[in-house]
Amino acid sequence: MTLFLQFAIAGITMGVVYSLIALGFVLIYKSSKILNFAQGEFVLVGGYVGLFFITQLGLPIWLGVILLIATSGLLGFAIEKLTIRPLVGQPILSIIIMTLGLSLLISGTVVGITGADIGTYPEFIPTAPIHIGGAVFSQVYAWCFGIAVILVALSTYFFLHTRYGLYMRATAESHEVAQSVGIKVENTFTLAWIIASAIGGIGGFLLGIIMGVSGDLTQFGLKVFPVVLLGGLESIPGAIIGGMVIGVLENVAAGYLDPLVGGGVTEVFPYIIMVIILIFKPYGLFGLTRIERI
Amino acid sequence: MEQLPCGVSKSTYAQDMAVIHTHTQWGLLGILFAFLCVLPFFLDSLWLGIVIHISIVLIAVLGLHILTGLCGQISLGQAAFLGVGAYVSTLLSAKLQFPLPISIICAAIFTGFFGIIFGLPALRVKGFYLAMSTLAAQFIIIYLFIHLPFAGGSRGLFVPIPQFLESKINLYFIIMGMAVLMTAFAKNISRTKAGRIFVAIRDNDLAAEVIGIRLSYYKLLAFFICSVYAGIAGALYSLYIGHINYEHFTLMDSIWYLGMLVVGGLGSTSGAVFGAIFISFLSKGTSLLAAQMPILSPQLASTTGIIVFGLILILFLIFEPRGLSHRWEIFKKFYRIWPFSY
Repeated sequence: MTLFLQFAIAGITMGVVYSLIALGFVLIYKSSKILNFAQGEFVLVGGYVGLFFITQLGLPIWLGVILLIATSGLLGFAIEKLTIRPLVGQPILSIIIMTLGLSLLISGTVVGITGADIGTYPEFIPTAPIHIGGAVFSQVYAWCFGIAVILVALSTYFFLHTRYGLYMRATAESHEVAQSVGIKVENTFTLAWIIASAIGGIGGFLLGIIMGVSGDLTQFGLKVFPVVLLGGLESIPGAIIGGMVIGVLENVAAGYLDPLVGGGVTEVFPYIIMVIILIFKPYGLFGLTRIERI
Repeated sequence: MEQLPCGVSKSTYAQDMAVIHTHTQWGLLGILFAFLCVLPFFLDSLWLGIVIHISIVLIAVLGLHILTGLCGQISLGQAAFLGVGAYVSTLLSAKLQFPLPISIICAAIFTGFFGIIFGLPALRVKGFYLAMSTLAAQFIIIYLFIHLPFAGGSRGLFVPIPQFLESKINLYFIIMGMAVLMTAFAKNISRTKAGRIFVAIRDNDLAAEVIGIRLSYYKLLAFFICSVYAGIAGALYSLYIGHINYEHFTLMDSIWYLGMLVVGGLGSTSGAVFGAIFISFLSKGTSLLAAQMPILSPQLASTTGIIVFGLILILFLIFEPRGLSHRWEIFKKFYRIWPFSY
């Protein structure tokens, strides 16, 4: 039981970070029906930009994080304006391949510049372990969990109670209707990309605290897909719950199965879940079932 | 519509459907074959290797062309299916002592059915969701390569290569022959009933279903054909490389194949050919160039190929979404009516 708790707690922490990254993905999908395969690269960029500002330049953490958010946001802005905007109205395949191309470009550049060196942030979190019901885990997890929960709450507030959140929900509902009531749909798209990129960047920062910054961070962008499929592509609560569920399942499965099959379960388990979801419940827990007419 | 040379008139349906219309085209085709036959004798070992590799990549991209270009189903797992072909053919010839042709055929068929498993979600979902299923295939298959007891773990397997194929020139003729055969096959698939149905599914699957096409059957057929191509390409790749492990079949390779298809032009066989050749040479060229540029740090030089590829993909999607084959059509139109363009 202690062992289970141990795995579950690690899983929930990872899960919250997944939720955060998935939130960015869902945001873009909701507002513009674009599938962003470059979400993992936002995570990667966030991790390394944070590393640059905080570890290399030695800035204080809060300033480093603000600069990280600004840089990530700028990246999202540039990507939307330069590469996604020209593809409006193109088939879904083109857009998927565009984001794949972007992911290659970004990860190639980041890895080329940094050499994918493993970097760590200075320790600003107390290292004393925490005990819950016999399970022992490092305080880093608790902090990351806290930060991620606050961010998820903030974004939820943003959607439900602010003007731009409302614009975004309206745009997600219908582009024409949103336009007819005076919402600038194009600006909403740009905003979605900025937020998604910034959220991804913070996700990279948090993952960097938990496991160190390395080229492996891009993998988390791909793990977003099991998460959003489980939760339903259009659903923000779905992304949050999906992230937790995938995080816990992955860690628990890895904890129990790794010794049996010789490791590597974390890398594959989410995708096995994904195939099962795709076959039995393709629109996820909270997604809109697609009904088509000619 | 394809522009034909001046003075070509057709009086039967068969003539209209022919791939090759004029004596000049037959002549050019003959010259191409002659060129391919004498090519290996003029290349050194390095370039011969590159040409062989391109032919293998071409087979993989042609498979993707049938699935994605004709049938409109996205696959992000082509490289993993190549891996399945490579592993199955290697295991059959190494462990069970099958003769090479039989193990290649078995590998192709096995990979075909394996592809169908991951095509099953296509029966219920489409578009993006399907890309997800093949993405999952990519990760699950790689996991199996590393963890299945008989697949040699992360060290991979050594491929038993028959004496006859030790010489690269013989290998070239076998693989190039297969590539030509598969190209002809792919070109002809698009002219059969199945090929037309694929295009109908791509253009509007609901409308296709309404006129009485069995969607599920033909989608799975497209997956099967695509995976058979991947299986053959993988089996040939194992012969070329001599030692296979999971690192040759990563998600990155799958993206490369998809990118080649897009750069070449979706939906045309010539597009697949152009894309495979263009991107392969581009990646070789940039990595050779980058290695010689002292300004670039070694790690930046090692990723230049990827950066350039990403950039090319983005530029093509923005400025020429119909790919190289469209440019080729424009060029053909130009020279066929030149100098009297009115």
